[in-house]
Amino acid sequence: MLNYTLRRLMFSIPVLLFISFIIFLILDLAPSDPTGNLPLTIPPEVREKIRESLGLGQPMPVRYYKWCVQFFVNEPLNIWDQYWGTCSFGCEDRLRVVSYVTRSPVVDLIVQRMPQTLWVVGMSYVVGILIAIPIGVISAYKQYSWFDQTGTFVSMVGFSVPPFFSGVLVIIIFSVQLGWFPSIYDTTLKVVSWDTFMLQVRQMVMPVMVLALQTTAQISRFMRASMLDNLNQDYVRTARAKGMKESVVLLVHVLRNSLIPVITVIALGIPAVFGGAIITEQVFKVNGIGQLLIIGIQGGDAPLVQTLTFIFAVMIVMANLVADIMYGILDPRIRYD
Amino acid sequence: MPDGASQVLDVRDLNTVFRTRNGEVHAVNHVSFSLKKGELLGVVGESGSGKSVTMMSLIGLLPSPPAEVRQGQVLFDGRDLLQTDADTLRDIRGARIGFVFQDPMTSLNPVFTVGFQLREPLKRHMGMSKRAANKRAVELLELVGIPDAAQRLKDYPHQFSGGMRQRVMIAIALACDPEVLIADEPTTALDVTIQAQILELVKELRQKLGMAIIWITHDLGVIAGIADRVLVMYGGQVVEQAPVREVFKNPQHPYTKALLETIPHVRGERAERLQVIEGQPPMLGDAPTACPFRTRCPQAFERCARENPARATISPGHDVACFLAGSESADA
Ligand SMILES: Nc1ncnc2c1ncn2[C@@H]1O[C@H](COP(=O)(O)OP(=O)(O)O)[C@@H](O)[C@H]1O
Ligand SMILES: [Mg+2]
Repeated sequence: MLNYTLRRLMFSIPVLLFISFIIFLILDLAPSDPTGNLPLTIPPEVREKIRESLGLGQPMPVRYYKWCVQFFVNEPLNIWDQYWGTCSFGCEDRLRVVSYVTRSPVVDLIVQRMPQTLWVVGMSYVVGILIAIPIGVISAYKQYSWFDQTGTFVSMVGFSVPPFFSGVLVIIIFSVQLGWFPSIYDTTLKVVSWDTFMLQVRQMVMPVMVLALQTTAQISRFMRASMLDNLNQDYVRTARAKGMKESVVLLVHVLRNSLIPVITVIALGIPAVFGGAIITEQVFKVNGIGQLLIIGIQGGDAPLVQTLTFIFAVMIVMANLVADIMYGILDPRIRYD
Repeated sequence: MPDGASQVLDVRDLNTVFRTRNGEVHAVNHVSFSLKKGELLGVVGESGSGKSVTMMSLIGLLPSPPAEVRQGQVLFDGRDLLQTDADTLRDIRGARIGFVFQDPMTSLNPVFTVGFQLREPLKRHMGMSKRAANKRAVELLELVGIPDAAQRLKDYPHQFSGGMRQRVMIAIALACDPEVLIADEPTTALDVTIQAQILELVKELRQKLGMAIIWITHDLGVIAGIADRVLVMYGGQVVEQAPVREVFKNPQHPYTKALLETIPHVRGERAERLQVIEGQPPMLGDAPTACPFRTRCPQAFERCARENPARATISPGHDVACFLAGSESADA
């Protein structure tokens, strides 16, 4: 298992390098101009100077090489030093990837934005899964009952209603009409007491609800299908013939088997949820990395967009790895050596 | 009944129906039989004749819906299992009545170790601690002839061969020393040599433990060597019941005779061509009002389409559901 994991990790290095090259190439080919957002009074010669100062005059391979060095060597070292407060390998004159628009290091921007995204998106994914699995189990066990029918209907709604619609809908209902929750996510809020904690919870409720609806809709369907598959298996009859209680049959024998494919879906869904959060973050004004990406795209901020896109790529590759490893842990028939 | 006390299981007039989208399926019709202490009862019949459904009905293993046990009594230990609540039935299943199913490849849970699956009934029914259950599990695996038992408890089902898995299934069924073991085609999915080994094992275990066994098969040849008594089923009914020697020497029902023809005689200089029973088993859409075998029976006459023959005793312990039983034409 460990061997397999290490091998997969090694293999993901060339994959990620290749992806980084593609991302770099695509952004390089895009006809966007980092000076496009600057005031029109700036004369063209100055604009050219600005472009040169951003390093855009150099040939593409050189720029790619520099970006790689920056991204794979310097920035990780920077993060390391910042985190431990140390200074290794000449930290004074180490370069940083700097955003064209804000002139601040890209990594710092992302580090600032990450917690909001993780809280809202991560929480909604966890909440969604925790709701989805019991729903899937009960729907399958009581197939075609009113519970199952309701579940089917709600999932259909969750599947078909996009978050930019459901988001606005819950804002109208819960913020505007009922006034229960704030419609704007306040990032400056610091949780220091019970009251601020409750404020934090209240402002998280709606975005989490909207994102969790999507997750729940998908995962509960997968869970239901997987449970139904397994409920008809011979080993279930064996467990009953042994006189095991229904709860044991269902929650030990069937559940463990049913989770195997669902875990894969859950792991592979992580990057997609982050992607989907881009829209939800806009709707609720959560200034997470999704919103940062949109600002970056609008400003022609290639370093920022490159970095964020690459982070998404890393997440996808890692999610695949996690899915495979979980699969191996849950299913003893899978052995990776 | 003189020997009522020596009966462990007494099934009377059992009827099981499946309600499906295309109407009802009368899978078991008026089935009655009894099982004596320590006896091995063979149940034969081609597939679809209702053998499995009968046995699963006894102990509440059929999913309901679609299954519905409409009528009958199953007397076990002074109570009617069909009237027993689900909790008590669960206490009986696996503890006093053990099951072995046909396909050892799918009957064990693939994601739990064999030890886990073997300890489960021990903990559940005997209240054993994990350690005690483990000790007993090792004994059980040794009992069914699995070498290196203590080590193998930690293995998963896929690490065992088919025959070994069926041994594990037998060990699970025998875990709590049941009075009755129901084996539903336990060797059908296995190679012939493995099949012989399992048969040998069951004979030996029966000697050692003395439980009563119901052995279901579609192959009369398998039954010949081990059964005391044979129940022949067709179309969800018992068509003939007799001591094993009677079945081979003096079969009465045309279906039993036809089944005997299908046994390959490999001991002869050359194997004869296999006989097959022409025609299809009946559809069981309605409760039977005629003999279910009449469409394939070479001796059918008009009464067979009007009435469903009842089981009639022709000699002690031998009864047949055929109008021709005991008469000249049946012996012809
Ligand atoms: N779940 C079910 N739904 C409908 N019919 C069924 C179901 N299970 C079994 N049957 C029917 O019951 C009859 C007896 O089946 P079974 O007892 O499995 O036969 P066998 O003698 O091969 O064990 C068959 O005709 C089959 O079609
Ligand atoms: Mg069967």
